[in-house]
Amino acid sequence: MPADTTGKNQTARQIFPPRHRAVVYQALLAAAVVLTAWYFISNAVENLLARRIASGFGFLNREAGFEIGETTLLAYNSSDSYLKALAIGLFNTFRVALPAIFFSSSIGCALGLARLASNWLLAKLASVYVEVIRNVPLVVQLFFWYAVITESLPAPAEALSPLPGVFLSNRGIAFPTLTAEFRIALDYPVLSGFNFSGGASLSPEFAALFLGLALYTAAFIGEIVRAGILSVERGQFEAARSLGLSDRQVMRFVILPQALRVIVPPVTSQYLNCTKNSSLAVAIGYPDLVAIANTTINQTGQAIEGIAIIMLVYLAISLAISSLMNWYNARIGLRGAKS
Amino acid sequence: MTKSIVSLLLLVLSANNTHAGPTADGAVKKGFIQCGVNTGLAGFSQPDSNGEWRGIDVDLCRAVAAALFGDQKKLRFTPLTAQQRFTALQSGEVDLLSRNTTWTISRDTSLGLNFVGINYYDGQGFMVTKKRNVKSAKQLSGAAVCVQPGTTTELNLADYFRANNMKFKPVVIEKMEEVLSAYFAGRCDVYTTDMSGLVSARSSRAASGADHVILPEIISKEPFGPVVRHGDDHWFDIVKWSLYAMIEGEEIGLTSKNIEQQAKSANPVIQRFVGASGDIGKMLSLDNRWAYNIIKQVGNYGESFERNLTPLGLDRGLNRLWNRGGLMYAPPLR
Repeated sequence: MPADTTGKNQTARQIFPPRHRAVVYQALLAAAVVLTAWYFISNAVENLLARRIASGFGFLNREAGFEIGETTLLAYNSSDSYLKALAIGLFNTFRVALPAIFFSSSIGCALGLARLASNWLLAKLASVYVEVIRNVPLVVQLFFWYAVITESLPAPAEALSPLPGVFLSNRGIAFPTLTAEFRIALDYPVLSGFNFSGGASLSPEFAALFLGLALYTAAFIGEIVRAGILSVERGQFEAARSLGLSDRQVMRFVILPQALRVIVPPVTSQYLNCTKNSSLAVAIGYPDLVAIANTTINQTGQAIEGIAIIMLVYLAISLAISSLMNWYNARIGLRGAKS
Repeated sequence: MTKSIVSLLLLVLSANNTHAGPTADGAVKKGFIQCGVNTGLAGFSQPDSNGEWRGIDVDLCRAVAAALFGDQKKLRFTPLTAQQRFTALQSGEVDLLSRNTTWTISRDTSLGLNFVGINYYDGQGFMVTKKRNVKSAKQLSGAAVCVQPGTTTELNLADYFRANNMKFKPVVIEKMEEVLSAYFAGRCDVYTTDMSGLVSARSSRAASGADHVILPEIISKEPFGPVVRHGDDHWFDIVKWSLYAMIEGEEIGLTSKNIEQQAKSANPVIQRFVGASGDIGKMLSLDNRWAYNIIKQVGNYGESFERNLTPLGLDRGLNRLWNRGGLMYAPPLR
């Protein structure tokens, strides 16, 4: 009997070689994926039609009707379209995510080095920081920073002024800006009525989100930097030292270039996380893309379209960041090595 | 032979059975109604110290449960933020949305939802701290304004400032607790929402209610009402008449305390209402005592108002009965 089965199998193999079978299985899988997607989409469309829920992207050109708290660079008012409101949201996402990525990288590097420092106090402080920040949910930290800023700073009328023309209050930080109307001059913020006018200001929402994101991401980057440095073999330290290089030179010319190869890929995902975490802005009222899209969804009732926009935009941002980082990773990689 | 008897029996039984729409059928099968309410707005819906939900919006949910099941406890609550509410109803997560939601034409037509009626007439106002010494909303130019997103409030606010050529900085926070703490911390000069919400926040959240004034301007009409999904007329009817039964109950003087006694009265209006005569229950495919159960277990509209909103210092105002100078008016239950 067994012999017979093998015989059958062999004929099956001849008629239907494994390579062809693989193609068939893949085609079946692809068909299943497409069918499932089609089922979900047609089901949603049918339900929307049955309940007469409006659909399509036509709403993007309609008047938004709501104001946005922070609109630097682009002018916006409530008579502008939803599309423009979403663009402002996207811009606000970048406005907080990019500086947060930059600062978290610097703080993270410092933290990673500090944890490996021979100075006991410095190393312990750095590890306490990492453990505390990593283990408290980001949203809680955002509430914390927001409360610190709004509860502990005075009202605009009693604003602190650490530098001339700079005012700290529970409305944020107001500072002078350069203007060039007739001649280049400083435009100072002045208290008029409820708030400061003139100059520029950063809101408490922005400050809380920026601080929270930068400090939180820094803790993770610090650990990645530490791991990267530790991954360089001890022999490299010793060899560099015996060439007569100073500590600083060892780090700069021998260790870091090798450590970076280990560091860059996981740091890329931290950058992605940082950008995506900026969507927690909703909790403290910073008008980022998600906050604006949520409002849009609620005013228009078009949840599917709104969520699709959010997903596509984050996908695009993430792909852009990761291709940039991959390019950088390839550049610092071993020459001639397969990546 | 037996087969035909069984099928005949089934036919008779099913004809006799309450033949309800999908939402009511689903609720009967589950054994409870899933009701979407506010996450915490004193007087409208808020859990009390025992975790029991209280408020006029909650009472409406209870009335529907009393009508459908004869038991106001067959009810579960889903607390929803302003942004979650419509999606929760559209997707079927809740059977009924009773969450101080303003009836507007765009919501009624493009969301796939139907507003059932009005259980509270409100309008939007502004609250500021007393020490600002503001007397009118017209003086608010340049102010930072705390507001919740996805509300008609947010839109009216933009309209009002635009119409009056004033500027403002919105601080838009989704969670009620967070937006209120931002206002009370001084992050904003002004908090804006419906008048009832201002009164409720001032009396239940402010450290000292006397430090905050509500400005005289009312800048919008905000009729609140329960909402159901499109396409289930039977459920729409049940919710609508549950609301009207509460209003009618107040008008004909039936309260949770006296209805047992009054049910014995010979007054034909009351006889019909309590289901002793006529068949207003059958018309809704409900128990004939559905309206009796609502009043007995939940109370009439006035009782609900006095229990929930009067303690906050809210006046009946527009929400008086039509024959006492208000707008509350139920079509005849006959």
